[in-house]
Amino acid sequence: MYRYDSTDQQLIDQRVAQYRDQIVRHFAGELSTDELRPLRLQNGLYIQRHGPMLRIAIPYGVLAAAQLRKLAEISRRYDRGVGHFTTRQNMQLNWPKFEETPDILGELASVQMHAVQTSGNCIRNITSDHFAGIAPDELTDPRPYCELLRQWSTFHPEFAFLPRKFKIAVNAAAEDRAVIRVHDIGLDLVRGDDGDIGFRVFVGGGLGRTPMLGKLVRDFLPRRHLLSYLEAILRLYNRYGRRDNMYKARIKILVQALGVEEFRRQIEAEWCELRDGPTTVPDAEFERMVRHFAPPAWENLPAVDLMHTSRLRADKAFASWVRRCVHAHKTTGYAAVTLSLKAPGVPPGDISDAQMIAVADLAERFSFGEVRVSHEQNLVLADVRQSDLYEVWQIARSHRLATANVGLLTDMICCPGGDLCALANARSAPIAEAVQQKFDDLDYLYDIGDISLNLSGCMNSCGHHHVANIGILGVDKNDEEWYQITIGGQQGNAATIGKVIGPSFYAMEVPEVIGALIDVYLEQRTAGERFIDTLQRIGVEPFKARAYAGRDRRRTAKIENAEREVVNA
Amino acid sequence: MPRIIRNGSVVDDDWQLLRLPEGETAASVVLPAGPVLLPLAVWLARRDEVIAYHDRIGVWLDSDEGPEMLAGDIDRFAVIGVNFPKFTDGRSYSSARLLRERHRYAGEIRAIGDVLQDQLFYMRRCGIDAYALRADKDPEKALAGLSVFSESYQAAVDQPLPLFQRRNAVEPA
Repeated sequence: MYRYDSTDQQLIDQRVAQYRDQIVRHFAGELSTDELRPLRLQNGLYIQRHGPMLRIAIPYGVLAAAQLRKLAEISRRYDRGVGHFTTRQNMQLNWPKFEETPDILGELASVQMHAVQTSGNCIRNITSDHFAGIAPDELTDPRPYCELLRQWSTFHPEFAFLPRKFKIAVNAAAEDRAVIRVHDIGLDLVRGDDGDIGFRVFVGGGLGRTPMLGKLVRDFLPRRHLLSYLEAILRLYNRYGRRDNMYKARIKILVQALGVEEFRRQIEAEWCELRDGPTTVPDAEFERMVRHFAPPAWENLPAVDLMHTSRLRADKAFASWVRRCVHAHKTTGYAAVTLSLKAPGVPPGDISDAQMIAVADLAERFSFGEVRVSHEQNLVLADVRQSDLYEVWQIARSHRLATANVGLLTDMICCPGGDLCALANARSAPIAEAVQQKFDDLDYLYDIGDISLNLSGCMNSCGHHHVANIGILGVDKNDEEWYQITIGGQQGNAATIGKVIGPSFYAMEVPEVIGALIDVYLEQRTAGERFIDTLQRIGVEPFKARAYAGRDRRRTAKIENAEREVVNA
Repeated sequence: MPRIIRNGSVVDDDWQLLRLPEGETAASVVLPAGPVLLPLAVWLARRDEVIAYHDRIGVWLDSDEGPEMLAGDIDRFAVIGVNFPKFTDGRSYSSARLLRERHRYAGEIRAIGDVLQDQLFYMRRCGIDAYALRADKDPEKALAGLSVFSESYQAAVDQPLPLFQRRNAVEPA
């Protein structure tokens, strides 16, 4: 992984000093609450329902074991011993003390971490594939490009006060695991006609109130031009993105208003002025970055470990875990392991300090000391020997990190919701828990098979409900929590925005409604069909009919009209 | 006399900032004597008159007014102001860079409006070299904001080479 040199470290140390001084000046009355707000946000600090929340950056989801240990220590010392992994591969602490945040940032800096630009109207953490560098379907490792972008975007002087937040994701695999088309800029690493590496560039994706998939603005951008091309896009957005209405301020609205043809023309015109300038990235810099992500010392191993094979036969629970949580690795004899953070009764993405230590230990013993965070809010050990899987499973299981539900209905993406988040209209964790309770039988879950169920507590859509096969959105009406259901969304190469099935449901109805949707699938599916396949074949209507069968919607009719206004605002 | 930060220190400054008063138009407003930063609209409406009667000419751009509007005349200005109506409105950072890097403007670029200590570093990097701090702020204290970081990753006006160009020059392969 990337290791700071003295300059990187100095910059982060200076950032901590700057923030510490800002907090001092704030307490001295020299920096008002309004003046401090964007500054603290760009250091990850929100003021939430119960107090502050600190969002710590985990660049493209890569963590060293030592960093995870530090997070455990920080969560124990400055918080309540729990961290929450987000869909942007970051970690949130929900109970830090405002006045201690400079110390927390100082602690982070001691292990080459920070909370820079994890919030605010600036370029946020760059996200990528959690299987980067080991995926068999990968063209090249995306992480060197992510790190290049991290450095370029860090304290970028021109783009620190954009109209709104700006998210960039990078994919380099045949199957997009980074949902690049729901980002402001999605970068897809591809090989050009002459064999050179470059990017397909998508702009204007995003979820939130107005979900949209990014539009292709360039088929092939040679990699040396990456930064100048992005500067052209960001400059257009900075200058012409709407600033009068925060709900219309994302770049997707600008792209939509101009039309993709015109937007592309404007990018090219601006880029014409910038290309081949000093920001052109020389091969030497790519090589320097690539060296930071040199593969670990993989051993020459047999393709099949006989002991592993016999354990798979002998132990059904182990076999189930392997089926759901162990993934192909490009190197013979190795596998990637997902440690599920979706155990029953635990808010999705939450991890205790003891679990963090356990994962750090596992990483050090079995996976070259490195951990990945997936945008699905799980952790990944990327380089585990097949022969070690059984032991990894046993240890992970003893820490409740081996729920064999990855890719299944209970592997929900879920935001912290109204229990913690000041923006949320409704709680999400209790709904997730109710769904977990209804679907607590693993065999039933295996029978249902691959499906995505995502949950957001408000229209900001942190829980990615728009791109789930079944999406749940919390809405608040007359101080009651209601939940709107979308179906048919997908992430990956076939990324699709789901469709709302109709009036929203009362909280206690949600598990039954999910059950009704699942029943339709189980009754209608043909051999080998996943939920999404059946839905696409038979259409939304049968699902909708079953979801509302026997439910009186009169009560919500008025509410729904109001909701539609919000949605379309 | 108002004090501003210019080239890294606090100095007296005799430029007046003209904002169009309510009810006045660019054509009708009385131009004060002495050095004055004119609103873009006044400059555009009364260019010839201004050139004829002023030795030192200044203009200011609001955050939604691009430097393109000054094209052709850029070298006439001793000072170009770039306005920050709110410090969270970042458009003038782009304007300043464009003035320096595209229009090759070599005179003073002055930040006006909601100008605060914690934005000075980014402003400086974008080519702004004078800062009229918001009236309630102490420019002496704000000086610290100019030198928060000792290095930068990106190319900008103050450092035309990105760090990777310089890092590779000193780092053995």
